[in-house]
Amino acid sequence: MKAHRPRRVLTAAALAGLTVVVAAGCGSAPDDAGAKDSKAAKAESAADLGGMDKLVEAAEKEGKLNVYALAPDWANYGEMIAAFEKKYAIEVNNEDPGGSSQGALNAAAKRKGQSRAVDALDLGTSYMQEAKKQDLLAPYKVQGWDDIPDAQKQPDASFMNNYGGFISIGCDAKAVKNCPETFKDLLKPEYRNKVALNGDPTESGSALAAVIAASLANGGSLDDAQPGLDFFQELKKKGNFVPAKSTLATIQQGETPISIDWDYLNLGYGVKLKPKGVDWQVAVPSDGLYSRYYNQGVNKYAPHPAAARLWLEFIYSPEGQNIWLKGFSRPALLDTMKKDGTADKAAVAQIPEVDGVPEEPTAEQEAKAKETVVQGWGKAVS
Amino acid sequence: MPDKTALPVPAAGSVPAAGTAAPAPPAPPVRDGGGPRRRTRRHRWPVVVPFFVFLAVCFGLPAGTMVYGAFTVLDPASGTSELSTENVSGSLSGAYATGLTGSVELSAVTALLATVIGALIAQAVVSSPRAGLRGIVVSASGVLANFSGAPLAFAFIATLGTTGTVTQLFHLDRTGFSLYSFTGLVLAYLYFMIPLMVVIVLPALDGLRAQWQEAAASCGATRSQYWRHVGIPVLTPSLVGGAVLMFGTAFASHATAAVMVGSSQPLITIQIANALNGNVLVGQENLALAMSLNMVVIALLVMAVQIPLQRRSTRWLG
Repeated sequence: MKAHRPRRVLTAAALAGLTVVVAAGCGSAPDDAGAKDSKAAKAESAADLGGMDKLVEAAEKEGKLNVYALAPDWANYGEMIAAFEKKYAIEVNNEDPGGSSQGALNAAAKRKGQSRAVDALDLGTSYMQEAKKQDLLAPYKVQGWDDIPDAQKQPDASFMNNYGGFISIGCDAKAVKNCPETFKDLLKPEYRNKVALNGDPTESGSALAAVIAASLANGGSLDDAQPGLDFFQELKKKGNFVPAKSTLATIQQGETPISIDWDYLNLGYGVKLKPKGVDWQVAVPSDGLYSRYYNQGVNKYAPHPAAARLWLEFIYSPEGQNIWLKGFSRPALLDTMKKDGTADKAAVAQIPEVDGVPEEPTAEQEAKAKETVVQGWGKAVS
Repeated sequence: MPDKTALPVPAAGSVPAAGTAAPAPPAPPVRDGGGPRRRTRRHRWPVVVPFFVFLAVCFGLPAGTMVYGAFTVLDPASGTSELSTENVSGSLSGAYATGLTGSVELSAVTALLATVIGALIAQAVVSSPRAGLRGIVVSASGVLANFSGAPLAFAFIATLGTTGTVTQLFHLDRTGFSLYSFTGLVLAYLYFMIPLMVVIVLPALDGLRAQWQEAAASCGATRSQYWRHVGIPVLTPSLVGGAVLMFGTAFASHATAAVMVGSSQPLITIQIANALNGNVLVGQENLALAMSLNMVVIALLVMAVQIPLQRRSTRWLG
């Protein structure tokens, strides 16, 4: 019977331990409630805080910036974060760099009042609209606000276009004799087992854009994505489509020698693949001209409100915008910077010239296209 | 001697237990000081309390949230949520219904193949006179059974994809073989399911005593008669239990298929992941919960087959 006492002690200890674990796991108690009501949290421009110097001062005092799902190899985000950290005494905490837009939105919505909530959001337009609907965005006008084209910003300054690009066709010029330049080309028999997407259109934004672009190239419209699905069905029937997700590894290995993706990602792949002996060519298809922008916004419940605002100022400064350009994407202030000469000319020259005006869907059109693709994709390519 | 073939129960099966978990078994009344036995019983029940707390927190809470979420719809305009069967009916129609049946088909086919092939391999090991073989097979199976997910998918792409080494070597593409098909997915799944089945079924085969075969032989039974009337019937519960576990493993797998074929082979796990955490669908969490609920229902149905058989399994292989 000696064993009883220790056993009870153990039980009590186990219970106590469990309680601690559970309490820690549920830790949603606001631990930084003051940030929301600070002066910086109400600032709608740098002027509201008394100018850029005051904003920098406040941000450096906070010393930290939480961002989410900013992949370092995506549109040059690695350099953007490093340059920001170097310029200011602020540590950037980039959580889950390979994460998704939905994950970033959750990190903003479900951590209100916590010090680990995300400060600034980089999201596709539909996710930004969702964030706005959930009242998660604080209006903020960067210094270059007036130069951002009206079509690329929200009138209430809740979010604005950040960087974007066109759907393009990447091609391993050593494995493929004649690189395809249009969607129509992709159906040629010489591309058997060669054409892939960067993921699954029911999950990946760029793969969804590829289907919409294919629809535009095949008699569809922004209101009708079905011709895009029909195109991929035909691609599959001809044996040209490879369902494996194209990555640097599959490209290098030769499994996905042709990949439809954003031009800035394909051009970035080219730089990385060159030392490995792959000649990666990128063409923007003239028959399916489709462009989309990602957006930037400040979380209303940002634990580091000044740092979040300074981050936006940095991204939209000529320095930040040129970092996007160097990563092959098109920044929102590109036209102004080309005119006033602040754009990095060498970087501008690297970006493919595009003839014609790209079509941009409205929120309703995009939602409808998603529904069509999510419901029809499996059927089209299985 | 190995114990009965303890079958790990898939996690989904534990969910309903949580509902009954909250009231811990009451302590028996103690009138007087009580003998040593009574004292023991009285003081032992708190030991299981952490377990039930664990069950309630880790299974009960998520299960409750899942059921609640599956039956609620958030009105985007007013921000209020209300009860509705919209998500559940949505999860049972269109592409999502195809995903559910696709998952069931794939799981059934792979479970059947893995059970048969795994049992044959295990029997070969048990009846082999080489003692070293067993050690090799068991440790290799242990390693291979855990080799799944994205690394496995890429290994398959590199060997059996259209430009894979094996495909090129044997000109498999001329035979019409494609890794990115139902067959390809079955092959990839079997790669980790067969070793798992070997590990699971070995103890059951050890339980077949040599004396039974000798007894059958001395009564004039042939080898096939022994298997037909003694071996297989005794093993059946273990084999069915193994098949159920195989079904559950295949049913819940996600990463291998996501990397290899994406949505081109409809699978419910991929659809749940895309609805929950993608870059395309906004605010579809409750639809994902409804799909998860469908998965739990199917897992429970399959488990229901196994429970009566498990009761029998201790009779011979004790």
